[in-house]
Amino acid sequence: MSALKIVVVGNGMVGHHYVQTLADSTIEADITVIGGEPRPAYDRVHLSEVFDGKTSAELAMTTREHYEEISVDAHFGDFVAKIDRQAKQVITEGGQVFAYDKLVLATGSYPFIPPIPGYDQEHCLAYRTIDDLGEIKASAKGKKIGVVVGGGLLGLECANALKNLGLEAHVVEFAPGLMGVQLDDGGSVMLRRKIEALGVKVHTSKATQKITQGDQLRLKMEFADDTELETDMIVFSAGIRPYDQLARDADLKVGERGGIEIDYHCRTSDQDIFAIGECAVLGKFIYGLVAPGYRMAEAAVSQLHDNDDQKVSFTGSDMSTKLKLLGVDVGSIGDSKGNAENSRAFVFSDERDEVYKRLNVSADGKKVLGATLVGDCSDYDTLLQYYLNDIDLPDNPEAMILPAVDGAAPTLGADALPMTASICSCHNVTKGDIVQAIDGGCMTVADVKGETSAATGCGGCAALLKNVVDFELESRGMEVNTDICEHFKYTRQDLYTIAQSTQIKSFDELMEKHGAHKDSLGCDICKPAVASIMASLWNDHVLESQHVGLQDTNDTFMANMQKDGTYSVIPRVPGGEILPDQLIALGQVAKDYGLYSKITGGQRVDLFGARMNDLPDIWSALIDAGFETGHGYAKALRTVKSCVGSTWCRYGVQDSVGQAIDLENRYKGLRAPHKFKMAVSGCTRECAEAQSKDVGVIATENGWNLYVCGNGGMKPRHADLFATDLDTETLLKYIDRFLMFYIRTADRLQRTSVWFENLEGGLEYLKDVVINDSLGICEELESQMQHVIDTYQCEWKTAVNDKEKVKRFRQFVNSDQEDSNVIFVEERGQIRPATDVERKRSQLKAVS
Amino acid sequence: MSKQKICHVSDLIPNSGVCALLETSHNKNSEQIAIFYLPTTAEKVFAISNWDPIGEANVLSRGIVGNIEEELVVASPLYKQHFSLRTGQCVEDEIKIKTYPVSIDGENVYLN
Repeated sequence: MSALKIVVVGNGMVGHHYVQTLADSTIEADITVIGGEPRPAYDRVHLSEVFDGKTSAELAMTTREHYEEISVDAHFGDFVAKIDRQAKQVITEGGQVFAYDKLVLATGSYPFIPPIPGYDQEHCLAYRTIDDLGEIKASAKGKKIGVVVGGGLLGLECANALKNLGLEAHVVEFAPGLMGVQLDDGGSVMLRRKIEALGVKVHTSKATQKITQGDQLRLKMEFADDTELETDMIVFSAGIRPYDQLARDADLKVGERGGIEIDYHCRTSDQDIFAIGECAVLGKFIYGLVAPGYRMAEAAVSQLHDNDDQKVSFTGSDMSTKLKLLGVDVGSIGDSKGNAENSRAFVFSDERDEVYKRLNVSADGKKVLGATLVGDCSDYDTLLQYYLNDIDLPDNPEAMILPAVDGAAPTLGADALPMTASICSCHNVTKGDIVQAIDGGCMTVADVKGETSAATGCGGCAALLKNVVDFELESRGMEVNTDICEHFKYTRQDLYTIAQSTQIKSFDELMEKHGAHKDSLGCDICKPAVASIMASLWNDHVLESQHVGLQDTNDTFMANMQKDGTYSVIPRVPGGEILPDQLIALGQVAKDYGLYSKITGGQRVDLFGARMNDLPDIWSALIDAGFETGHGYAKALRTVKSCVGSTWCRYGVQDSVGQAIDLENRYKGLRAPHKFKMAVSGCTRECAEAQSKDVGVIATENGWNLYVCGNGGMKPRHADLFATDLDTETLLKYIDRFLMFYIRTADRLQRTSVWFENLEGGLEYLKDVVINDSLGICEELESQMQHVIDTYQCEWKTAVNDKEKVKRFRQFVNSDQEDSNVIFVEERGQIRPATDVERKRSQLKAVS
Repeated sequence: MSKQKICHVSDLIPNSGVCALLETSHNKNSEQIAIFYLPTTAEKVFAISNWDPIGEANVLSRGIVGNIEEELVVASPLYKQHFSLRTGQCVEDEIKIKTYPVSIDGENVYLN
């Protein structure tokens, strides 16, 4: 059979998910995508974060290049004008014609703009696409007041966006309460209190009759109750309507209130046309959330299989949702308002802390029917699992939402969940999937995340995921042993806290007072770990006598051991900026000592093939030329990479080189659980690749955006945007705190990326600790960092001036000979270690 | 074979290793030995071959010393296998490296 011709109309989140799912499947298909927007699919859910510093590139879910790689024929910026069902082809506004075997409509929806007289004038806008955001931003520039029409979920998101733009945000809602679809009256009132406290003005029961020219401001809204409101701009977010015109024109069946009618297989009234996502209606219901859209996409793809067993249905989806609106936690589960006849409610309201919870249960009190949560969503995961899996409630269901007075609130044990329980709804991961991952060898939450993608979408299920993983590991008799090694019954974090609080400054003392056996020697696990902790805390020279035996060979000889036992030498080149004379000196040292030279990825020069006994002389020469140690051998700051920035570049908006040099000089020598890297880019083009670093800084017109926990290497991770438009003082403050918090809490040899993946509470928690000082430790973290900065020394400079330390670099304690096993040959004009064959040949020659 | 003086005790580094060159009259190829000084143990000083047979380089004197339960070991700085300081046995592999009888007498370190 030849490949099916599949044409997908629409490239929103759901359309893209269809394409990706199909491309990943075994189905042979030629895929064509036609997107009306000028760019490929992006994350519409997090649209308002664009005003919080996110770039459109960061919202992107795919790229043109990616589509090319997976052989998808993609066209953007051209709308489909017509479906010709007889000829089985679609025609675009631009006149392109595409033939199909199967057509998929993923046209999404458009914002409903109520036909209020005057709605179509300037500064009356919609909130739906990235381009809309551009218009909103332009309209808001230099203005004071913005009104959002619509107090639903999207309206409040939009109000947040206006607030982030620096406007006084007003929400105008026709109904008596906010988020009327999801919340009951009590929840709605509490939500209003909370967001009013944040400075958002809320006007409910307001029917807008007319929009006219304002007297003071640009526009005036006139309401049915004879009141008025002046504003600089209006954004409509009063609900969405399915984009179904194409289907209507092609005589496909549409729902009474719009939407393309589909069956359980997502087929429309034409067997060769599917509809998925917000443009589709299944049994009078439009699923306006992304997770159900994804499920529809998967169901539609599966219909293309020949084998019936592989076909899945979409029979509706749970619309429970948990989110943060303007920083307020809001959750809604099932029948949240208790509309069902047999529903019985428990309500808890705390007006002092502004928390509202409503639990709707069946008349016999056994089952959860729904819930509303405002101000505190900590019970959401548990309640949702009871609801989705039809689990029997305890005898006192009210305890589920009451604050714990004595001991912990009842949480749902992971053992009570059936294998089919959905743990992560973003990626459709069930408890069964997690169990399978653990059976397949996953031993940590991070492993399971990597294997199943659970908790990598919105992250709301992270705590539940951890419960399930812990429970499963425990039930397999795998005691999760977090001891660092046999010599200390503690984690690295414990040891750090012990050393810090008891002011212990040597390994021997730590072993004597806190070791499993006080006369143990330790090992190659605990010794370097403790050496690193001591260095982070007290910052003594690594070759002080109490520390020297603890160091890995690289730290001991302050160079990187290579396969033949020789070392490589990397002097520091802060920010990658180097004087011509220093380059010449580097070349001279390489020539004098016969070293192989290579440029590193971190914008410096690595000199290979140095014999141990030559290291002090090499370093004396480098120090004379103005170099310092580059800590290329240490679990410490490596480099701060930079682009040339505004000094030279046409596009740069800040001096990225200067900032990189300052950062490198500030944090050089800081030892950590693992190596860490930084970079500073001078503009959003990001030439320094800061988002692949542990700490990335990107210049903006207003300051610096800070990214954290990125990684290149074996397991690349895109850094998370941590804070935006910082001045340099705040930037340094946040980095100080961030690094010290990482140093304090990470496991040994754990990079920031893995540490972050295991951090309960994720980015929000980290922000809380670093920005809001939620643990009350920031002052301590900063003063600790200051101590390390104040006590910095170039380890090599200290070493070459100390006869005792230089003694350590002798190849033999009883001879001046060199290691006869180190043999080099020449290649491309430089040395390299000899291969086995070459080595034997040269040894034979020496003997004969 | 008689006692051969290798170095001074002050050439050793407590809880760490150094390397010495052993010249043998009957063998043109000299041997490198790794000498570890562990002042808190009964023997105080240990000598094994400096050659790491797995990493194939003369590096064992530059490894970290420690104990795995009762066994005193050095971890190769190349690929981290452990070798017993007393027997030369590799913990992870069926490989055994040469050990040397070594002792401290007064201020000097001797190979017996």
